[in-house]
Amino acid sequence: MFRRLREAAPALRFRFDGEPLTGVPGDTIAAALLASGRLALRKSVVGGEPRAPYCMMGVCFECLVEVDGVANRQACLTPLTDGMEVRSQSGARTIRPAAGQEP
Amino acid sequence: MSGPSLETASALASRYEAVVIGAGPAGLTAAARLAEGGASTLLLDENPAPGGQIYRSIEAAGAGDLRRLGPDYAHGRAVAERFRASGAAYAPRATVWDVGPATGPVAGGAADRASTSNRLVSLTLGGAGRAIEAGHVILATGAIERPMPFPGWTLPGVMTAGAAQIALKTAGLVPTGRVIVAGCGPLLYLLTSQLLDAGAEIAAVLDTTPRGNWLRAAPHAPGFLASAYMGKGLKLLRTVRTRTRVIGGVTALATEGTGALRAVRYGTGSGKGALEADLLLVHQGVVPNANFSNAIGCAHHFDEAQRAFVPDLDDWFASSLDGVSIPGDGGGIAGAAAAEVSGEIAALGALRRLGRLGEAPAMEAALPLRRRWKSLQRGRAFLDRLYAPSPAFLAPPDDDTIVCRCEEVRAGAVREAIGLGVAGPNQLKTFLRCGMGPCQGRFCAGTVTEMIAAGRGESPAAVGTYRLRAPVKPVRLSELASFPETPEAVLAVTGSHSTDRIEPLSTGDMQ
Ligand code: FES
Repeated sequence: MFRRLREAAPALRFRFDGEPLTGVPGDTIAAALLASGRLALRKSVVGGEPRAPYCMMGVCFECLVEVDGVANRQACLTPLTDGMEVRSQSGARTIRPAAGQEP
Repeated sequence: MSGPSLETASALASRYEAVVIGAGPAGLTAAARLAEGGASTLLLDENPAPGGQIYRSIEAAGAGDLRRLGPDYAHGRAVAERFRASGAAYAPRATVWDVGPATGPVAGGAADRASTSNRLVSLTLGGAGRAIEAGHVILATGAIERPMPFPGWTLPGVMTAGAAQIALKTAGLVPTGRVIVAGCGPLLYLLTSQLLDAGAEIAAVLDTTPRGNWLRAAPHAPGFLASAYMGKGLKLLRTVRTRTRVIGGVTALATEGTGALRAVRYGTGSGKGALEADLLLVHQGVVPNANFSNAIGCAHHFDEAQRAFVPDLDDWFASSLDGVSIPGDGGGIAGAAAAEVSGEIAALGALRRLGRLGEAPAMEAALPLRRRWKSLQRGRAFLDRLYAPSPAFLAPPDDDTIVCRCEEVRAGAVREAIGLGVAGPNQLKTFLRCGMGPCQGRFCAGTVTEMIAAGRGESPAAVGTYRLRAPVKPVRLSELASFPETPEAVLAVTGSHSTDRIEPLSTGDMQ
């Protein structure tokens, strides 16, 4: 999918849906996932279709993931840090407001 | 030198004479000029480092990166260095979600200018919300890629060309496998040549530039021939053509694959084809990132040549809202070099308004800059017409094409609503939830306007665009809980007084 132009030590360890992966300092979560061959980060809200980062600049919100228990973080804007627990999100429940908040 | 980056909301002062939003060429230059002019200045940016999209990761770039990405990119070093030396305060990783009128007494020191009206800038930084006063606000939100909808553009394996360039600049990521580049515009060829230089295998470039564009652009050729674009552009075209296959006159695109891209189908006037692909990079030009200026109430008009809504600006790049200026591509696409110049002019205008610079010296300093800005516009008219997107990729003809990626609204549903006489983009939004997802219509506003215009035989100017409201970015209740004016702010954003819930809310759901 993608390869790194330069091999940079030292590696940062993180997990995506429980699977151990590595990135390098300066990576965003999205970049580290692309470099690890992970494209689809979430399932779409209505149809449950897989979606991947699309703009890498914070505009499209296709890269929403759960980071250390906090949902809806933009993976393309969030710098990777050592030990991060990243989880993919699926569908409506996590992205819509809780019941009763819909105007 | 600027001090260390401000990382928490509490580290910010309660008031600055000038607050600049966005750290691309326009924002960096405006902030530097304001601080050099003696104004207390804060630069807020969403990214972790200065540079915006065009000069991404410029401070971290090594000699190899600078060589590969070329002198236009390397110039960003000087822009960032000037900002760093200016003494302006800098808060990266800040999300600004509103700029409103300030009410009540102005907190601050000797630098206050009673004659200037103030703005209230609402933001989150380091997980906490804060509102700060600004004597003047410079919105330097830059450009976004124009959406390019076609059947299957949401499939993993399809990205924008800009996204691939960001991955290359920030993480040194080079696509592997079979890469196809599709669309039109100068950036398409620039990226292709950068990726080729980095060792990527580009299977083909599918050029969607409508053939008739050459005729429409020809009358503007003299300006282009005299411009700096010309030599660079021709060299790029030549380089790409000798190193990969270019298929011109592409009028239709679609992807194949379940869960991941497997192939790209395309159509031209003379036939159809399909190419196996692992990655499809799409691009059809850039448009002003006008969500912010739209949401805070700046007046806009439709620019026919750029085929986009742009804010109304005077010759200091000041918007229709007192105390808000919009230099750079956010005020109309003109490129990085022009953005730098307009950032400087906007800063001079702000210094003049803040009483830091007299009328005569401001005019005198602006004169050569205006001349330079004008010379940088040379060639634009030609490029705008040559790379005007094809109608088929502005208003997708295939009913199955997704228009709103967030809420998965398809072209068929949009056309049906238009047929039923929907009043305009805002009513369409209410009917179909189109534009109500977390991206707040950034990726469907243009398409919806174009589809209504095409359906009614009207101009996009007459159709208009979504009316937006702050917050322009999703805000978490936990971030608002730390806000000084909690009850009003929470009520405004959530419609409820409670602050104890921490579920993240997507703002689109509340409009
Ligand atoms: S990839 Fe578009 S917002 Fe992150």
